[in-house]
Amino acid sequence: MIRLLLVLLLLLASPLRAEEVVAGLSQNRVAITANFDGSEIVIFGAIARDAPPPPGRLDVIVTVQGPSQPMTVWRKARRLGIWVNADAVEIDAAPAFYAIATTAPLREILSETDDLRHKISIGQAIRAIGVAHQAADVPAFTASLIRLRRESGAYLVEDGGVTLDRDTLIRADIRLPANLTEGIFRSRIFLLRDGNVISVEEVQIDVHKDGIERFLHRLALDQPLIYGILSLGLAILAGWLASAVFTWMRR
Amino acid sequence: MQLYLPIAEVSVNAFVLLGLGGLVGVLSGMFGVGGGFLITPLLMFIGVPPGIAVATGSNQVVASSVSGVLAHLKRKTVDFQMGLVLLAGGMLGSGLGIWVFAILRRMGQVELLVQLSYVLFLGLIGAMMLQESLRAMRRAATNAPPRRAHQHYLVHRLPLKMKFRTSGLYISAIPPMVVGAAVGFLAAIMGVGGGFIMVPAMIYLLGMPTKVVVGTSLFQIIFVTAFTTLMHAITNYSVDILLAVMLILGGVIGAQIGTTIGLRLRAERLRLLLALLVLAISIKIAMDLLLQPAELYVLTPGRLP
Repeated sequence: MIRLLLVLLLLLASPLRAEEVVAGLSQNRVAITANFDGSEIVIFGAIARDAPPPPGRLDVIVTVQGPSQPMTVWRKARRLGIWVNADAVEIDAAPAFYAIATTAPLREILSETDDLRHKISIGQAIRAIGVAHQAADVPAFTASLIRLRRESGAYLVEDGGVTLDRDTLIRADIRLPANLTEGIFRSRIFLLRDGNVISVEEVQIDVHKDGIERFLHRLALDQPLIYGILSLGLAILAGWLASAVFTWMRR
Repeated sequence: MQLYLPIAEVSVNAFVLLGLGGLVGVLSGMFGVGGGFLITPLLMFIGVPPGIAVATGSNQVVASSVSGVLAHLKRKTVDFQMGLVLLAGGMLGSGLGIWVFAILRRMGQVELLVQLSYVLFLGLIGAMMLQESLRAMRRAATNAPPRRAHQHYLVHRLPLKMKFRTSGLYISAIPPMVVGAAVGFLAAIMGVGGGFIMVPAMIYLLGMPTKVVVGTSLFQIIFVTAFTTLMHAITNYSVDILLAVMLILGGVIGAQIGTTIGLRLRAERLRLLLALLVLAISIKIAMDLLLQPAELYVLTPGRLP
């Protein structure tokens, strides 16, 4: 509530265009600890106007995008009676997490040109960077990537996931899954009039490991030899301990 | 209870991990197999990336093998001499295997080669053991006289004879060296500890008593998997210590239970069970290769090699 008031205050203070979106987050840091089980973030905002709202349809799209990494999509085919990974398509960068929440089905509210310009839909977010050398039917591969990621819950589309109150107040709840990668997550809020983007606001969420997770991750990367010996030592100690305990119990 | 794994970057149920570790531990204690051929596919099934599954699996095998060896040590069923000779051969073989593996990786399709060698070797060994153990059980049932314990082959005329007191053998050191090297080579290519090849080889090729084989196999697996774990941690950063701890907790307890079960079972029945397990995995992998998979597309992080 305090944040919301702050946003409104900010909104009153700043010089405005005809219609502009201002946004904030319920939290801009997400700490991954040992018992991390996903996290709910609330993205809220307000639409600022210096004149009465113009006519036409008003919509809002909220996206949350995780860090991108290169991916290879393989397709199996039968060779000499055996199913093997036959064709591959390399995708330069696919976000590890992508969520879209909208006030209405995306296809109805977003024009194709603005989707291309702002890379809003999942297909655009992946294809955006461009696909390198390839098999004959690249679209089948990218479609499969999106399908598999949607099935695993890494890519989300929530039509109607954004509530727009009195054409001014915006709220979207996005659930970050438990299987989260570290990095800077970008959240974008688009304001649309009749299918055209009229205002964009971007906020960032810092997702990082914390506590023992952070310590172990750093150790594994910075001191791999010590980390390896530590893993082995633990294994040997545990093996010995179990043996000793069982011998003691039999007595 | 969900647990977030720092290296694998996935969140999994802690009790599932304990259970998996326990299951593999029981089998490990019973048969003297490391369980690498079992834990890796199981971890991948619950969503752990393949590289991390292989590396962390080998770390878990170290723990269960230590626990198992200590249990066998008290019953004096570890032949250290034989273990060391096998290990010497094994190091040679696995060095060669890692080199060949790197060449095959450059040529592509290394995954297919691994699967094919699994089917081939597991199938062959499983079928041989099944046939033999069934024959032994039938013989025991009809009370027919057993074969002579000491048959003299070419093996017994080779130089470098050594006394393997625990195994009750007086044979040349060359056959165990060769067996160790062959197993080490295959283990490096297939990415496993090699217990499931080592155990039958010790029984059928070297003529060691089944009860000694398990402890001795576990003894040399400790060294092979410790080496593998360290290499993975240094070169690929793919050992997840939190995942390993959960698997180990289940595994060391399982190994103790498995050892107790294994020592109570009759030797031929133990061999029959191992034969069935090995055959089942071989058939499962063969089916994966032969039947059309439900999902044709597979995602792998990173670029093409």
